[in-house]
Amino acid sequence: MDKILETLKGLWTDSGFNLFFVGDGWKSLVMIAVACVLLYLGIKKKFEPLLLVGIAFGCLLTNLPGAGLYHMELWDEFLNESSPYFHSYGRILREGGLIDILYIGVKAGVYPSLIFIGVGAMTDFGPLIANPKSFFLGAAAQFGVFFAFFGAVLLGFTGPEAASIGIIGGADGPTSILTATLLAPALLGPIAIAAYSYMALIPMIQPPIMRLLTTEKERAVKMEQLREVSKTEKIVFPIVVAAFVILLLPSTAPLIGCLMFGNLLRETGVTERLSDVAQNALMNIVTLFLGISVGATTVASRFLTLETLKIVALGLIAFCFSTIGGLLVGKLMYKLSGGKINPLIGAAGVSAVPMAARVAQVEGQKANLSNFLLMHAMGPNVAGVIGSAIAAGFLIKVFGA
Amino acid sequence: MAIKMNVGEALIDAVMGYAIVFLGIALLVLVVALVGKAMTAKAAKPLQAAPAPVPAPAPVQEPPRPTAPGAAGDLKLYDTPDRDAAMIMAIVADELKIPINELRFISIREVHRK
Repeated sequence: MDKILETLKGLWTDSGFNLFFVGDGWKSLVMIAVACVLLYLGIKKKFEPLLLVGIAFGCLLTNLPGAGLYHMELWDEFLNESSPYFHSYGRILREGGLIDILYIGVKAGVYPSLIFIGVGAMTDFGPLIANPKSFFLGAAAQFGVFFAFFGAVLLGFTGPEAASIGIIGGADGPTSILTATLLAPALLGPIAIAAYSYMALIPMIQPPIMRLLTTEKERAVKMEQLREVSKTEKIVFPIVVAAFVILLLPSTAPLIGCLMFGNLLRETGVTERLSDVAQNALMNIVTLFLGISVGATTVASRFLTLETLKIVALGLIAFCFSTIGGLLVGKLMYKLSGGKINPLIGAAGVSAVPMAARVAQVEGQKANLSNFLLMHAMGPNVAGVIGSAIAAGFLIKVFGA
Repeated sequence: MAIKMNVGEALIDAVMGYAIVFLGIALLVLVVALVGKAMTAKAAKPLQAAPAPVPAPAPVQEPPRPTAPGAAGDLKLYDTPDRDAAMIMAIVADELKIPINELRFISIREVHRK
C-alpha cells in the first residue's frame, strides 16, 4: 500500500499540474490563458491566422511545465559571452528539446530570409516599376519605425532593444523577427506577437487616421491608369535592386537578396516550378517552423513583465506614425502633382502586403464609388517592403556591433 | 551588458536613419527610372527602324445576318430562339435585381465558340 501511495505521490510531484503550484508556476497558467486568447484571435477573428495560430500554439507548449520542448536557459548561455557554451549550437543539438532545434532556424536568421524568398515570388513589382515615385511613399511610411525607436529610448530601453521595437512600425513580420533576433533576442516573443497582431488590425488602425488627415476631395481623387511594364523590365528590376541596395547597405543582404531572388524566380518565366515551391511549399513549411519556434520564446518569466506592455504600446504607436508619415508625403505629392495623386495610397507605404493597399482601396471607394486605387496603392505597398528592409539594415548596422 | 542610450544620441540616430531610408530610396528611384528609360528607348528603336507596313486590304464587310423569329421592336435576336431569349432576360433582371420592364435589351446573339 505504501509503495502504491509513494508511486502516486511521485507521479503527482513530477506532473506538470503540480508544477503550476510551485514557485512562479502560476505565471505559466496566465501564459496558457494568453495562448488561448491568441488562438481565439487567430482562429475565430482570423488575425493573421497562418502565423498567429503557430505562435499561440508555441506559446502554449512552452508554458506547459515539464514539457521540456524549449529551454530558455540554454539560449541564455548561448548568448552569454563569458559562458563556455557561447554560440555553441552543438550543445543545443545535444541537450535541447524539439523546439530548441527548430529555433536554430530563427537564431541563424534562416526562416525570415526564406520567407522573404516566398514573399518575393508572390509580389508583383509592376505597379512600382510603372510609377517609381511611389517608392517615396514606401520610405515615408518608415516614420513610425524611427519615432517608436526614439520613444523606446525615452522609456528606458537600450539602443538595440529600441531598434527592434521600432521596426514593428515597418509592418513586416519577417523583418521584425530578424531584427529582434539579431539585436534583442530576449524581446523576440512580444515583438513578434505585437507585429503580427497589429498587421492583422490594419483595417481598424488605419482608416480613422486616413480620414483625419485627408479631406473628402483628396480621398475622391481618381488616379490615371498605370503604364504597361514589359517583361524585360520586370526581370531586370530584381537584379538591379538587389545589387544596388546591397552595395549601398550591405546589412540588408539577407532580406533584400532573398526578396529579389524570389521575385526573379517569378518573373524569369523559366523557373516556374521553383517560383511555385517558393510561393507555396517553402513558404508554408517555414511559416510553420517560424510560428511555433517564435511562440515558444514567450516563456512566462520573460513575457509577463512591464516591458511587454511597453512593447505592445510602442508597436501601436509605430504603426500609427508610419501611417501618418505615408499620408503626409502622399498629401505633399497630391499638391505637387496638381491633385493627380490620391494621398490615401501613402498609407499603403507600411508594408503589410496587400492588406494596407486594400484599406486604401476601400477608403478611396467610400469617397468616390468609381475610384479604383488598389493597383496604385500596390506600388507604395511593395515599396514599403524594400523601405522597411533598408530601415532594418540601417538599425542592424548601427546597433549590431 | 547593454547601456541605456542618451536621448540626444537617439534623436540623431532616428533622424539619420529616416534620412538614410529616403536617400537610399531616392537613389533607387533614380536607378529604376534610368533603367526604365533605357528599356523603353530600346524597345522603341526597332519600331522606328522597321519599314512602313503595307496597308492591309480593307476588311470585307460581313453581310448582315438574318434575325431569328421572335425579334421584334428594339430587340433583335440572332440564332436565339425566343424561349431562350426570355429566359436570358429573366436571369439578367434577377441577377441585377432590377424589374425586367426597367431594362432595355438591344440584341441577343448566340456566340459560336471555335
